[in-house]
Amino acid sequence: MRSDGNTMIKLSAPFTEEKIRGLKVGDMVEITGIVFTGRDAVHKWLHEGNMPPMSLKDSIIYHCGPVVMQKKEKGRAKWVVTAAGPTTSSREEPYQAGIIEKHGVRAVIGKGGMGEKTRLACEKFGCVYMHAVGGAAQVLAESIKEVQGVFGLEKFGSPEAIWELRVEDFPVVVTIDAHGNSLHKDIEAQSSKNLSDIFGALKK
Amino acid sequence: MKAALQKKLLDSFIEIIRKTSAELPKDVIDAVQAGRKQEADASRGKYAMDIICKNIDLAKVKSAPLCQDTGSILFFVHYPHKHDYDVLQKLFKKAVMAATKKGYLRQNSVDSLTGVNNGTNVGPGSPTLHLEPWKKDSYDIRLILKGGGCENVGAQYSLPDSRIGAGRDLTGVKKCILDCVQQAQGKGCGPGVLGVIVGGDRATGYLATKEQFLRKMEDKNPNPDLAKLEKECVEEANKLGIGPMGFGGKTTLMGVKIGALNRLPASFFVSVSYMCWAYRRQGAVVSGAGEIKKWLY
Ligand code: SF4
Repeated sequence: MRSDGNTMIKLSAPFTEEKIRGLKVGDMVEITGIVFTGRDAVHKWLHEGNMPPMSLKDSIIYHCGPVVMQKKEKGRAKWVVTAAGPTTSSREEPYQAGIIEKHGVRAVIGKGGMGEKTRLACEKFGCVYMHAVGGAAQVLAESIKEVQGVFGLEKFGSPEAIWELRVEDFPVVVTIDAHGNSLHKDIEAQSSKNLSDIFGALKK
Repeated sequence: MKAALQKKLLDSFIEIIRKTSAELPKDVIDAVQAGRKQEADASRGKYAMDIICKNIDLAKVKSAPLCQDTGSILFFVHYPHKHDYDVLQKLFKKAVMAATKKGYLRQNSVDSLTGVNNGTNVGPGSPTLHLEPWKKDSYDIRLILKGGGCENVGAQYSLPDSRIGAGRDLTGVKKCILDCVQQAQGKGCGPGVLGVIVGGDRATGYLATKEQFLRKMEDKNPNPDLAKLEKECVEEANKLGIGPMGFGGKTTLMGVKIGALNRLPASFFVSVSYMCWAYRRQGAVVSGAGEIKKWLY
């Protein structure tokens, strides 16, 4: 059931093209499954043609530099995420479209929205951009249930590494869908019109 | 200054940093909750505000950073004039290093030329210390942690501005403020609060915008013209429809705080700083013996 985008949807792995194309701008989504973090260093590295050890086909990439601590549990070292809010996505705009195409990424999570190149790639290859709530480091860390692996810890450093995270009910809003729509574009256009109306009224 | 007093002061400074990073002041929490109420049920705006409210509670319970960007560290301090300025400067830096080690602050300060992060949060300009002596024998210490995402969407206007049709009067100032909100969209992690300064030079203007963030949300501007402008700007910005996180909705701004500085006849600047919903501000009265006596917000 869908009513003007105000729908709450549970999205669980596997993240198939069909499920992703079923999402629309404005949908509130709770994700359960694996997400991979990736920010500036990783995007540049993938863009240069390097291949990560894991397959990113039908995967979700999260623009996030988490704070991860090593804790001992029953004598075994374990990674625990203590803060995991999104970082600004626009920095990855030059790389994102190519990575979506080449690796078959199905969703990108971040904040602040992305540009035209990414919007077009989402439409063409069946991907969505999902906006997490900026600053909600603790809520988002709570929905990360387990760190399943890490790649590039030495090469990129902790915040920039690819962390493989198992999440449950990770809350986001779809702001670019696989049908060419962008909530960012719509809201900017509407608020710009509202602003001219306000300015117009000020003159009188 | 005796070693025992230095130790007491250091502990108090660290506690002020911890509390600022983990707990929003009550007046800000009230404003966030009022914003949440305004948003329609089952809307995206409500969804975002629900998550924000949950995050505020969780951070406090866990005594963990509210947002992982623990921001620029801005101290505004009055200290007993008999206490040693140089020692205090060192103590504040030491407190920042200790708070970073304890995880209250993220390793968040980078050498602008080399890109190197020494992991201490201490370097040129960090922390920013405004230390002023006064005749009292206690301290008034206020701290703001200001995130980078919202700092990036601040703006400074030089009036007249033909792009937005803003002249050198309060209507022009209002246009600057609303234009800044429109440009920011959701990128400053709204709903936000603006600190605005009319006048000054480019540097004093921006500096004083940060001091506006020391004001409580519900206080009233002593200048009636500015009080009226503050109220109107909030109302009109909330008609833009940008909403929490730029998802659309009613709460785009929670507050606007405006001050004025004298200017040269040749210049008319309007400086606007944007504060995200993670509006971290705390303050305390610390006794001359180094103990926290009272929280200020
Ligand atoms: S703008 Fe504020 S809430 Fe958003 S990430 Fe930065 S510090 Fe956190």
